[in-house]
Amino acid sequence: MNVHARDWDAFVTPAEEGAVHMDLAVEGITCAACMGEIERGLSRLPGIRKARVNLTSQRLAVDWDTGQTGADQIVAELSRLGYTAHPFDPASQKDRQDQTGKNLLRCMAVAGFAGMNIMLLSVSVWSGNATDITPETRDFFHWLSALIALPTVAYSGRPFFKSAFSALRAGRLNMDVPIVIGVTLAVGLSLIQTMQHQHHAYFESAVMLLFFLLVGRYLDHNMRGRTRSFAENIAALKAEVAARIGADGTVREVPLSKIEPGDMVLVMAGDRVPVDGVVVDGRSEIDQSLVTGETILHPVEKGTQVYAGTLNGDGTLKVRVSAATGATLLDEVNRLLETATQAKSLYVRLADRAAQLYAPIVHGAAAVTFAGWMLAGADWQPALVIAISVLIITCPCALGLAVPAVQVVASGQLFKSGVLLNSGDAIERLSDVDTIVFDKTGTLTTAEPCLLDNGQLSDELLALVGRLALSSRHPLSSALVKESGALRPFGSVSETPGAGIETTVDGWALRLGGPAFCSVPDAEIAALMKKHPGASVIAVKYGTEPAVLLPLRQSLRQDAAAVMAELSGLGYQLEILSGDREGAVRAVAEELELANWRAEVKPGEKIAHLETLKRQGRKVLMVGDGLNDAPALAGSHVSLSPVTAVHLSQAAADAVFLGDKLQPVANALQISRRARRAIEQNLWISALYNVVAVPIAVAGMVTPLMAAVAMSASSIAVTANALRLRWGDGGSARSEL
Amino acid sequence: MDVLIYLIPIALFLGLLGLAGFLWSLKSGQFEDLEGAKWRILEDDDLEGPADKKGGES
Repeated sequence: MNVHARDWDAFVTPAEEGAVHMDLAVEGITCAACMGEIERGLSRLPGIRKARVNLTSQRLAVDWDTGQTGADQIVAELSRLGYTAHPFDPASQKDRQDQTGKNLLRCMAVAGFAGMNIMLLSVSVWSGNATDITPETRDFFHWLSALIALPTVAYSGRPFFKSAFSALRAGRLNMDVPIVIGVTLAVGLSLIQTMQHQHHAYFESAVMLLFFLLVGRYLDHNMRGRTRSFAENIAALKAEVAARIGADGTVREVPLSKIEPGDMVLVMAGDRVPVDGVVVDGRSEIDQSLVTGETILHPVEKGTQVYAGTLNGDGTLKVRVSAATGATLLDEVNRLLETATQAKSLYVRLADRAAQLYAPIVHGAAAVTFAGWMLAGADWQPALVIAISVLIITCPCALGLAVPAVQVVASGQLFKSGVLLNSGDAIERLSDVDTIVFDKTGTLTTAEPCLLDNGQLSDELLALVGRLALSSRHPLSSALVKESGALRPFGSVSETPGAGIETTVDGWALRLGGPAFCSVPDAEIAALMKKHPGASVIAVKYGTEPAVLLPLRQSLRQDAAAVMAELSGLGYQLEILSGDREGAVRAVAEELELANWRAEVKPGEKIAHLETLKRQGRKVLMVGDGLNDAPALAGSHVSLSPVTAVHLSQAAADAVFLGDKLQPVANALQISRRARRAIEQNLWISALYNVVAVPIAVAGMVTPLMAAVAMSASSIAVTANALRLRWGDGGSARSEL
Repeated sequence: MDVLIYLIPIALFLGLLGLAGFLWSLKSGQFEDLEGAKWRILEDDDLEGPADKKGGES
């Protein structure tokens, strides 16, 4: 599509035997037939070693010999087959193999295998204890169990040991600390019991606990991996690349990660500016709505600072990539972002809060049990065995699954309704929200402008203007094309850079461009601006007729009013905080019937306003897309950003929503509220279970059989309660994809 | 009960075989595309003969 070549070397990674490897996100793989077609088509090219489509992640992996074919041919072949493919930036995709997921799966497999075999031996011992097992056979079975359990706990327990250790080192308590203590004590106690030829050993409890928890953790990881790979595909499809101008003047397209300060980058008309920098050559107009929230186009020329994510108008620009200088908007945003992110890490997850409450109580109860039995005249060893059995029976199986089980189900539902989670605890924080602050441009409104009022433009003229607009890459032209539904461009169109375009229809000149290009008097422009504040204006002039002015502005998302009404009906406080001019914001606020709005807010003031709300005890959900929103997104209690947002804001937000509608925002709040209820129910279920089980354990009447049954029952109860989210009124999470 | 001396090692060995099989399938990437695998059985590429009539290069 671009006139300049892509620098493919920057996108490929070396593979075995001199071949190279490339991953591509492919648009439109929907079925098995596409998969076969792509793989067959590519393998017909010379030098292709392997071409494999992954239907789960909708990606294509190709290995080929560089000598015989090139990445260009591969992409050309794909587009001949009807698929648009975009290469991944290798730097953004470090975790291609998903090592964590595989590791969890391996741990789970080992724990599952060991759990089944130990259970086999344990059931024999339990039934033997009730009948006539010989002490030798029992010891043999216990030793075998120990032989299986010890390596298993060492191997499969690593994820928990690691996390518990790092939490303790940071001086915190998390859920994994009691898990590790429980497992270690259960195994240690069982080993001692085995050595002393006792009747009971708890090996199966320890291993089963690990197995259950690993299942929960793997599912959680898998769900998050799915959303992440989906988000990576979107990033690749948005083609986050830059055209770098080499020292010899050649232009090559490279991934953003390869661009360094000082590089020169070419920005074509109608393209997004990929980097922050200073214009060194060229003259154009820039749509900064993604950065400042302002909808009016800004003229740029040599020496002007431009920001990544802004849309270039009709001139070609050469931009020198700038490093942070400490004086620009971007630096200010980055500074604010840093402090805001630090403030946010203070949030403690529900599960960890539960662990902070749970661990001291349970460990205290065990200590009291030990002391009690000693005082009652028991020997120290039986007292210790009973105390440890208290820890084992309260073993945080249900508690460890309470939150992840709900998170898996809820994030699956969010995914279906078009919300991709960035952070794991976003669901919990979303459910706290009582105030929602919206940015205007690109959030309440769509990212693209559309025609507000076609003035005195006749349908025939609009059709002609639409056809003329097809020849321009100016951001405003696309709105005219959409409005008129034009398909055929004119044959000969002359362009005056930075002013407009012109053609001849039936012997008359047809002009489209800035008001000055069509010689419109200033008074007329001023009158129009009064009627449509904040609008951008282009003009049309046909032959000798007077010129017609066309106001254009980003329009509200089609369901914005309905969603706002729904949200305020649910009791949320709604506000608009925009960087755009007052008139434009007032118009939107009036249309949505919102009383609380502020215009011309700078990034620092957005944060300050959020701080004020926080001091009033409000939990704020920030929804925004611009660079100017990034610090507010990071600093609010929880944040959402549309998929059209600038990269920095998407990274700062807790979740990203897809599509042209605002409905996902309401869905996310609704799903998270139900998830929060399910999490709390789960925590109560596990607390209730402990209330029943602990007295039995304190009385010293727990057997390994009871521990195993209790653990499984409580885990299943918690998981079933989480799954209830899906049936309940799960149908209301509408599929938008 | 002496038969246990043979049976238990055999049971454990079979279990380990299953575990090894699973770990091998994980390592060889069979769990990477769970969606695609079910469709691949419908592909007829490996058949000789009339199925091979496509292939007209432009």
